[in-house]
Amino acid sequence: MAVLAHAEAGEIAARLRDFVLPAHQDLRAPENGLVMLRGRVGGDGAPFNLGEATVSRAAVRLASGEVGFGYTLGRDGEKARLIALCDALGQSRDFGLAVERDVIAPLREQLMIRRKQAAAETAATKVDFYTMVRGEG
Amino acid sequence: MYVAVKGGERAIENAHRLLADKRRGDQNVPEVTLDQISEQLGLAVDRVMSEGSLYDRELAALAIKQARGDLIEAIFLVRAFRATLPRFGASEPVDTGAMRVQRRVSSTFKDIPGGQILGPTFDYTHRLLDSALAQGFVPEAPATADASTAPTPRVTDILGRDGLIESSPQAEDGASVGDLTREPLNFPADRDLRLQNLARGDEGFLLAMGYSTQRGYGRNHPFAGEIRFGEVEVEFLAEDVGFAVPLGSIELTECQMVNQFKGSATEAPCFTRGYGLAFGQSERKTMSMALVDRALRARELGEEALAPAQDEEFVMSHSDNVQATGFVEHLKLPHYVDFQSELGLLRKLRKEFTDAQAPGAMKEAAE
Repeated sequence: MAVLAHAEAGEIAARLRDFVLPAHQDLRAPENGLVMLRGRVGGDGAPFNLGEATVSRAAVRLASGEVGFGYTLGRDGEKARLIALCDALGQSRDFGLAVERDVIAPLREQLMIRRKQAAAETAATKVDFYTMVRGEG
Repeated sequence: MYVAVKGGERAIENAHRLLADKRRGDQNVPEVTLDQISEQLGLAVDRVMSEGSLYDRELAALAIKQARGDLIEAIFLVRAFRATLPRFGASEPVDTGAMRVQRRVSSTFKDIPGGQILGPTFDYTHRLLDSALAQGFVPEAPATADASTAPTPRVTDILGRDGLIESSPQAEDGASVGDLTREPLNFPADRDLRLQNLARGDEGFLLAMGYSTQRGYGRNHPFAGEIRFGEVEVEFLAEDVGFAVPLGSIELTECQMVNQFKGSATEAPCFTRGYGLAFGQSERKTMSMALVDRALRARELGEEALAPAQDEEFVMSHSDNVQATGFVEHLKLPHYVDFQSELGLLRKLRKEFTDAQAPGAMKEAAE
């Protein structure tokens, strides 16, 4: 689920393209709304309301009964629906393994590559400050 | 007092048409896209998200474009938009200690675990205009280095282990989190409401207030214990799902200000703290916020509260630039009826004055 929330709708759709999808229907059509984001006083204290974020959500039910939920930051209802569909497929005996292998695993790998690149760029800016004795400088 | 007026529809319509044309500018110049604003004016987008109190880069970019780059107008547009959507609930509090840091500096400890990481910063630039940027500039690819997998604990957590710094106040069981978008503000206000107010407060106002404490109006002897910027994960306890679902990640800046110490007969002296948190890369904002947060704790810490930055009613009532601009700018709207009554009164007073000055009146007065 976390991997899918970090992917683009188009990336998820592209990974699902080769699936022969089972019959399914929208249990909740994609809907946009807000979630109040919370921080903590001092980073680790009592919670406070920082500000809101747009969120899209959807729910999908497979003909075989599995219900999947999709939640994501932003206003891309199609992405929320695709996440819900993957969530439902993930619970099904026929599709569970395939969704993990062909959709989630490759997207996870992409995400890890992006994060690793960003971490390497950040690491190059790590600095060691040293203090000089007064009069030396 | 504002009294409604009628008429002027045609002029208003044409003024808005003219505005649309001016906003577009010279049509021989390519139109700016939302992606360009989001990617190349990213810090403006961060500010509009923070003070608009809505995390959505695309909407903030649209607001900036619509407002012709007037950021307070853009913030106003974003605030108005948020009122059109239902609220699903509140997120789990984000864990800034688990942030994937892109920048992290401490001016108090040079050897912090996890290291000092400069990241993308204006610090140490020479502030000389760069003509190379005027057109067609292609930056070098960023340098890379082996990334450490060591954790990057908050500096305040490290100091906290030795009891050298006060610990963060914890929530009482069952306490609700104050929300000034739902409940009218009352004073005195608790820390959660103060931080919410400051988080959406005007950067310029908070900068001036924070600066005033440094200049001696409520001095609190600050050090930037830590400033960190990066990505944190957001989780939301969705009732239909029954557990916390991941929503994705957002960028945040956090500032931990370490301030003058305090002790009492019963408590050993320790450093006190101020806290700042905002969407995106907003360092000036979070540093100012932390200074003002600490100043507003004067009452709680038994300090004399004489300076403006220590006066929570003053700070919290004037920090919101949408409220402030609404009241200041409403002066532009027709006040004809109100003004007519003032004018009538003034004419009457002036007539009385003139009559009193007349030779006949003088004589009368002398008698």
